[in-house]
Amino acid sequence: MKNENLYKYILGIADNSLILGQRLGELTGHGPSLETDIACTNISLDLFGQVRSYYQYAAKIAGDNRTEDDIAMLRKEREYVNVLLVEQPNTDFAYTMARQFLFDVYHFLFLTELQKSKDLTLSAIANKSIKEVSYHLRFSTDWIKRLGDGTEVSHQKMQEAIDGLWTYTDELFHQTEADIAMVSDGIGVDVTKLKEAYYNKVNAVLEESTLQIPESKWFQKGGKKGIHTEHLGYLLSDLQYMQRAYPNMEW
Amino acid sequence: MTTTEQNIDQILIPILEQVSDPEIPVLSIMDMGVVRTAVIENNSVKVQITPTYSGCPAMDVIGDDIKAALKVAGYNSEIELILAPAWTTDWITPRGRKALEDYGIAAPLSAEADISVLLEGKRLVKCTNCGSKNTRLVSQFGSTACKAQFQCDDCQEPFDYFKCLK
Repeated sequence: MKNENLYKYILGIADNSLILGQRLGELTGHGPSLETDIACTNISLDLFGQVRSYYQYAAKIAGDNRTEDDIAMLRKEREYVNVLLVEQPNTDFAYTMARQFLFDVYHFLFLTELQKSKDLTLSAIANKSIKEVSYHLRFSTDWIKRLGDGTEVSHQKMQEAIDGLWTYTDELFHQTEADIAMVSDGIGVDVTKLKEAYYNKVNAVLEESTLQIPESKWFQKGGKKGIHTEHLGYLLSDLQYMQRAYPNMEW
Repeated sequence: MTTTEQNIDQILIPILEQVSDPEIPVLSIMDMGVVRTAVIENNSVKVQITPTYSGCPAMDVIGDDIKAALKVAGYNSEIELILAPAWTTDWITPRGRKALEDYGIAAPLSAEADISVLLEGKRLVKCTNCGSKNTRLVSQFGSTACKAQFQCDDCQEPFDYFKCLK
């Protein structure tokens, strides 16, 4: 492939949205209330829409016969390069919203920068997506505050969720080889530069929500290199079932 | 290309106005502002449409409907989906806003007012049934990604509000 770094770079962005979109989609008909159910699945739909734009572009760059669906449905677990954060399960609603918030803050900062990309397709996707992501961020921020500064039980559950997911946040700011190549070409975003703004924003919301900022200095990593937690395999078996059971099926 | 101008041949406007958004049948795609280009080139029409939201499932149907409407009028066409410049609720025409309201969907407020009703509990959205502004947010997300759910505390009518997208 001529433009392999760009291809890998696009997957690095899009896989996060695909896997998080799938997680949120699991809540269809299972949300804690009708309104939150609809909200989570609407956010999922936004993410899938964004993913289609990225994968269509990646398929074009690959230049062979592969399609957006092949990229989404037919890779093996080790070939997905999403961060570990987004594959974590919907343990409870506090956990689901904490995961969403910790990703949304990053996603918003990332897309803000991607809008300046020299690659016009990526900047167009970023420009389109950020409008949707700003709604996601407002929604998840609101829930951090409501649960964090809510009842004794909701506070405890949200604190546990933040404590449990904190270890996956640092990986957001690790650079891959494709990242480094794309940054030097003026196409990619230097994620290392987002870290300070990220923790400032996250910490400010946690403080306002009467939540403790975790002190743990131990952070998990691996997703960006295809080394995942045990949860991704189960997610993929669900996501890929139809394509695996009935190859080349069409709706 | 980052022009926000539309480029639509006059002769095609009445044809495109017949095509409606499948989610909001009273609203033509022209009043929605999703058609950015429609020009006749060598007996074929080149059409560019832009999605309201990235995941909007209506776009495929809209593309097919445009093709069918142009075919009836004697034109072949090519439909292209473009992302830039990104769609904004500012592109909904005054006639489109009225069609939304008549249909029972409150039209988008300004960006600042939008935040205050969705996050700060302000009562600014006008009920599409009785016109009262004594309305409250029920859900930030509604039946489609572009809408939120509201309820009127005077006449009790539940209704959709089309969220501001800028």
